[in-house]
Amino acid sequence: MGHNSDLTPPVIFGLGWLYLLLTVMNVWWTARIMRTDPHRDKEAAGWGMYAGLLLMATLAHLTGSSTPEHFHLRMPQIIQQAIDWCADPKIYFAGTTALFIAVVWLRKWFIQETVAWVLLNLSVLFLTLSMTDYDFRQIVGKPDNVPIVSMLFIVGFFTWLYFKRAVDNDERRAAGRPLFEQEKNEKILVWPDLVYTELICMVVCTVVLVVWALLLPAPLEEPASAVQTPNPSKAPWYFLGLQEMLVYFDPWMAGVVLPSMILVGLMAIPYIDFNKLGNGYYTFNERKFAILTFMFGFLPLWIGMIILGTFLRGPNWNFFGIYEPWDSHKLEVLNNVNLSEYFWLIWCGSKMPTAPAGSDQLTQTGYILTREWLGLVACFAYLAITPMILAATVFKKFFIKMGFIRFMVFSNLLLFMASLPIKMLLRWMFRLKYIVGIPEWFFNI
Amino acid sequence: MASVGDYIRGSQIWKSIFRHPAPVDRRNRIVVMLTNFFLHLHPVSIKQQGIALSYTWCMGGITFFLFLAETVTGVLLMFYYRPTLEHAFNDILALRDVTTLGIMREMHRWGAHAMVITVWLHMYRVFLTGSYKPPREFNWVVGVLLLVLTLLLSFTGYLLPWDQLAIWAITVGSNMARATPFLGHEGPGFQLLNIGGFDLITNGSDARFILLGGRFVGEMTLNRFYILHCVAIPLVVAILIAIHFWRIRKDGGISQPL
Ligand code: HEM
Repeated sequence: MGHNSDLTPPVIFGLGWLYLLLTVMNVWWTARIMRTDPHRDKEAAGWGMYAGLLLMATLAHLTGSSTPEHFHLRMPQIIQQAIDWCADPKIYFAGTTALFIAVVWLRKWFIQETVAWVLLNLSVLFLTLSMTDYDFRQIVGKPDNVPIVSMLFIVGFFTWLYFKRAVDNDERRAAGRPLFEQEKNEKILVWPDLVYTELICMVVCTVVLVVWALLLPAPLEEPASAVQTPNPSKAPWYFLGLQEMLVYFDPWMAGVVLPSMILVGLMAIPYIDFNKLGNGYYTFNERKFAILTFMFGFLPLWIGMIILGTFLRGPNWNFFGIYEPWDSHKLEVLNNVNLSEYFWLIWCGSKMPTAPAGSDQLTQTGYILTREWLGLVACFAYLAITPMILAATVFKKFFIKMGFIRFMVFSNLLLFMASLPIKMLLRWMFRLKYIVGIPEWFFNI
Repeated sequence: MASVGDYIRGSQIWKSIFRHPAPVDRRNRIVVMLTNFFLHLHPVSIKQQGIALSYTWCMGGITFFLFLAETVTGVLLMFYYRPTLEHAFNDILALRDVTTLGIMREMHRWGAHAMVITVWLHMYRVFLTGSYKPPREFNWVVGVLLLVLTLLLSFTGYLLPWDQLAIWAITVGSNMARATPFLGHEGPGFQLLNIGGFDLITNGSDARFILLGGRFVGEMTLNRFYILHCVAIPLVVAILIAIHFWRIRKDGGISQPL
């Protein structure tokens, strides 16, 4: 079997550490159940057996008793093929959005500790098994990508913690009990309580940083060369969400306008959120709209796009499944169509309006505007008319509370945020390239 | 042992530095917060929720810690590193291969990645507890500025090793500036800025040129990014962090239910 040769003894040994981590986690979990609730002994026994299996896997890996060729504990081919088969930006984006909706929808179920623990186990197992695949290791094992993988777990954990606290508080409110933050909220002295917490936190952080630095060498590639362009050329990882937007927008939008809007939008949040509730405690019910909007922007759009740009984009910015080799000759057919082409060529069945050769500036401008009139009108309507429709319908209450200017700012920020998923959908459904396409002026939307 | 400790704490030197006995009783625990320069950032007493880890996630604190750690490791790196085409890459190489216990670069790089993540999580928590609401609106704005500067710090530092990873990441990142509306030579509207048929915005005068100090990522870029990374941005960040902390106190401490 050719694909076995990629597993070297050091890799198997490294996997052993991951299994050890899983073992320790689950031994601790078993002990925790036994200590907190003696009636759950059957459940504890189940976890104990699982931990035992993991221990066996750990030993098998760490003692190196299996040669790579005879190594069987790997991600099944069928799963790998299934995952790679549905590797595609559409499915990825739909999947992350669906996951986000599911988490919000099923929050009461998802915050249970056992559920969270099973999910954590599944994701670590998935990662461990995937590590047996050569192509997965190539991309996930890059030193600069290690923090991104841990970020996924950390963001997941804190989202979980948020929902746990928010659901708890919402239930307290419904039952007329004081909030969690109002209980046990006496004044205490900063020395020693806070000063020592900070000290311990600093020591822990230092240790983590030193150990991390000892284990993982910082990357250093070939010396810089202005002539050898690497393929793919990627921006630093925290900007990969923006780089991913380049698939759908031109640089002036993806690289300048939308990032500026993100920053302006963030700064504007305190001035457009008129809801006085939910200040200083966790809640979901009291500020659903704000939480959902922010979370959608942060989780599927920002973090989700970074993951996509980091792990799933390969040579020529083509999309690759996580187990797929990065083939720089992979061909993706790109025949996207502008809105103006749809209008003139397909719907009207005529030719594109083109200024006669040698005509003056004004005539040319006239032709360009005629050619692109539909897109220009659509963009104008999107930014100027939609807010009014929103104000008269779904956001009526917002409009009354906010007043005209504030509402216009709010709705335009929202529309800019929505422009990314909208452009994605238009691309996927109609192969739409530009809504307004005026390359003569570098003005493409 | 105890008596040695008592002797030291009773000595004139100790008293001259700390100005009061050890903080073991209530009075001195209050006094220590008021008289120690580093501790006076804090209030004397605080509500329990304000320091609960499950409330603040400690993310602002960890971000600040990482900023300090980056400053220390960064200064150590500056002793070794010269920002010129001739030396930059080789200095980093030597740091890896020759220097004893040379994990400063690792600590600096991983600390920078971690800081980006913790600053996002800090913002996430501040949003989720609604702590940007009055009276803390302005501190949120200061926070967003800190977020941008944290990303820029990381971005400018990315170039300094001067390897393939560095220059191409910066090239890709800064190519966007070319397309800045009006100010980039491939941005919409740049043609409007012309005098008598001469474009004011060319590839030798646009936003990208200013950022890079040239038409492509070269020695002037390295110099520019080095100064931004080691001097200009950290100074601004330090000032903004001071304002950020001061405002936390003035806005009534960590947010909590009314
Ligand atoms: C270099 C970056 C930053 C540092 C060092 C920092 C540090 C801190 C610290 C230590 C606190 C105390 C509470 C806590 O730890 O959560 C805090 C609170 C706060 N931060 Fe930041 N922060 C930074 C960036 C930000 C950002 C990006 C935002 C928002 C966009 C922000 C908004 C706030 C607000 C509103 C508070 C008050 C929270 C409350 O009262 O509950 N900060 N910051």
